[in-house]
Amino acid sequence: MLQTISILLENKPGALLRVTGVLSARGYNIESLTVAKTFDPELSRMTITVDVEDRLRAQVIKQMNKLVNVLQAVDLTDAPAVIREMVLLRVRCPQESRTAVLKEAEIFQARVVDSSVEGFAIEATGDPEKLDEFIDVMRSYGEIEVTRSGGVAMSLESKKLKLQPPVPAPAALQTT
Amino acid sequence: MQTTGAIQDTGKSPETGRLMTGAEMLLECLGREGVDCFFGYPGGVTLPFYDALYSHHIRHILVRHEENACFAAEGYARATGRVGVCCATSGPGATNLVTGLVDAMMDSIPIVAITGQVTSKLIGSDAFQEADTFGITRPATKHNFMVKNVHELPQIVHEAFYIAKTGRPGPVLVDIPKDVFQARGHYTPVDNIHLPGYRVFTEGHTGQIRRAAQLIWEAERPFVYAGGGIVAAGAAPELRELVEMADLPTVCTLMGLGALSSSHRNFISMPGMHGSYAANMGMTECDLLIALGTRFDDRVTGQLQQFARHARVIHVAIDPAEIGKNRTPDIPIVGDVKRVLQRMIKAMQELEAEFGAKKKDARRVWWDLVRGWMEEHPYDRSRDEKIIKPQHLMDEIDRLSNGQAIVTSDVGQHQMWAAQLIRFNEPRLWLNSGGLGAMGFGLPSAIGAQMARPDKLVFSICGDGGFQMSVPELATIASHALPIKIIVMNNGYLGMVRQWQTLFYNNRLSAVELDCFPDAEKLAGAYGFKGRTIDKPWELAAALEEAVKEPGPYLLNVKVSPDENVYPMVPAGGAIYEMVLGPPQPVAVA
Ligand SMILES: Cc1ncc(C[n+]2csc(CCOP(=O)(O)OP(=O)(O)O)c2C)c(N)n1
Ligand SMILES: [Mg+2]
Repeated sequence: MLQTISILLENKPGALLRVTGVLSARGYNIESLTVAKTFDPELSRMTITVDVEDRLRAQVIKQMNKLVNVLQAVDLTDAPAVIREMVLLRVRCPQESRTAVLKEAEIFQARVVDSSVEGFAIEATGDPEKLDEFIDVMRSYGEIEVTRSGGVAMSLESKKLKLQPPVPAPAALQTT
Repeated sequence: MQTTGAIQDTGKSPETGRLMTGAEMLLECLGREGVDCFFGYPGGVTLPFYDALYSHHIRHILVRHEENACFAAEGYARATGRVGVCCATSGPGATNLVTGLVDAMMDSIPIVAITGQVTSKLIGSDAFQEADTFGITRPATKHNFMVKNVHELPQIVHEAFYIAKTGRPGPVLVDIPKDVFQARGHYTPVDNIHLPGYRVFTEGHTGQIRRAAQLIWEAERPFVYAGGGIVAAGAAPELRELVEMADLPTVCTLMGLGALSSSHRNFISMPGMHGSYAANMGMTECDLLIALGTRFDDRVTGQLQQFARHARVIHVAIDPAEIGKNRTPDIPIVGDVKRVLQRMIKAMQELEAEFGAKKKDARRVWWDLVRGWMEEHPYDRSRDEKIIKPQHLMDEIDRLSNGQAIVTSDVGQHQMWAAQLIRFNEPRLWLNSGGLGAMGFGLPSAIGAQMARPDKLVFSICGDGGFQMSVPELATIASHALPIKIIVMNNGYLGMVRQWQTLFYNNRLSAVELDCFPDAEKLAGAYGFKGRTIDKPWELAAALEEAVKEPGPYLLNVKVSPDENVYPMVPAGGAIYEMVLGPPQPVAVA
């Protein structure tokens, strides 16, 4: 089963690689990964979807939490959380099915972002399974091209994050 | 004044502070961290640093290969508990450090490694002697940094030391481009360490500590399994107090030897693949395993399902990721083992009246059993009249050391015999590459240890294989007249590999024969110190004494019986109670 991990980390060079290194060093393949900076520009939020054996999941989270650049890594797989993904999809469709395609897009609450004689470019968001269906449906109308964002997740639990306050440096480092 | 350690990348230096170059700043920081000597090898991009060093009081030891700079820094750190520092140039210098870094990582040794990098604007252009040191060493270190600007240099260097020595210690690398060494900036002392993602757990959970204390009193067959964490935390006095208070049989792992004095009456021996019968049976039969500063390494546990199969487990470790990694404990305690033990001892004192005497009889039966195992199958210390047995050699070194000398070891059979047979009455006397098992460790680590502890007798026990991996360091030893006693246990083989080929590969000895070992007297003589080769058992004691008496370095090449195997041995993948106790006995043919 896929594991969804949400990570708050420092927005620093190499920080991303340290996190993915925990997975690649154990031979795990990352299914998806998204990362962007947070409110605080010094921090980034990352969501990783990865296939990890059940018995090793806790270990992977601990290894990530151990990284100096990581403030918090949590497993959202079985926790209350929302996971959303975005799809950009181009579908090439004949004139006669254009209305049907638009109708389907509406059902999936997707938005048309470009339209041409050849077909449409459509943007959809939702949970990954719903987007799988959306893509299947669109494929039935004609040739498609798809870009997926990978999941972004947010915990619905109000877990307190304890920040490590700055540590006073030993006196020896301060006196001149 | 910097109020946070957030990287200042403004290119503008603080207004205050002394103006100096990056190279001078680095030396200033090393000085403030209390570094008195470090180990390194210069090159193109570290030229500005070495130039600043020329007129600085910090001592630099020029090794003969960068791998040995890291091993020597480890020897320094392992012998003292202080941070060991090594330095290498970019590209090949940095890549040569990697084995040492991984070694320090595996054994949790505090190291700060400084590497030079090509000038900032050349990074990424495949410049001469460029390597992606930051990328290569990421999984080889506890953390690493690349300095991009001279103004952030002091903060990074102090953070590197802080990370290296706090929590679970480990190696930290700081990669510094040449232009950063050259750039000038105002040096302002660092007044705080700002690492928002770096957490260190020290105290341990109060409730769990109390529960553990009660379990220890209630156990009928308790057993202490003490590891390198006791040494790292400086928790040997607390360990001793605990062990004496509840009269607990105790084993120390390969990394933990000396955590409880080998001469202590509660000390059993080392457990694991080449551990003693009593240690492994104790682990197997105990009803409470008290694991302190240790990580259930596969070389200790053998087959996990069968390991301590009757026991409840208390596991104290500073690294939360070690808890439950290999064995799920009944009482997990994340914390500094010194602090946790202090609190546990206090809790035990409070509970002593209530529980202390309850299990006395059961405990006596348990001790009888353990002592029985010890007497039944002690380590083999046998000698031979015609040939020097490896055990004889270690026994003699033990006699001379009397639990006091620093002994560094390389990796192989000699390491196991040394660990079995030499006593260590304190922590930080037995220095070896435990987790990584890196051949080539023995000699350079002795350099670091002897630099750090000039007062100490230092033996460096090497195999004839491993010795030749670090033979260039004889020059470093000679150059500083370090009175290290280099003892080569020469069995003519890559002995440990030969043992496995003998036992598990039908004695097909493939690529393990070491012919052509250099003449020790001539080799040492070439470097200007004394050396000798012996092969007669009756020469051994006197030859070792002569080596110890010699004021300078000494190379003693001891030819031992080539076919000896290390026992007991738990075959890989086996349960630790399935020990092979010795060679098959010859069967009389009727
Ligand atoms: C760098 C490195 N390469 C290979 C090994 C595998 N290895 C483990 S023990 C050993 C044999 C060591 O031979 P020697 O130094 O003569 O010691 P002995 O076992 O004979 O005492 C080898 C090759 C290793 N541990 N480290
Ligand atoms: Mg050998």
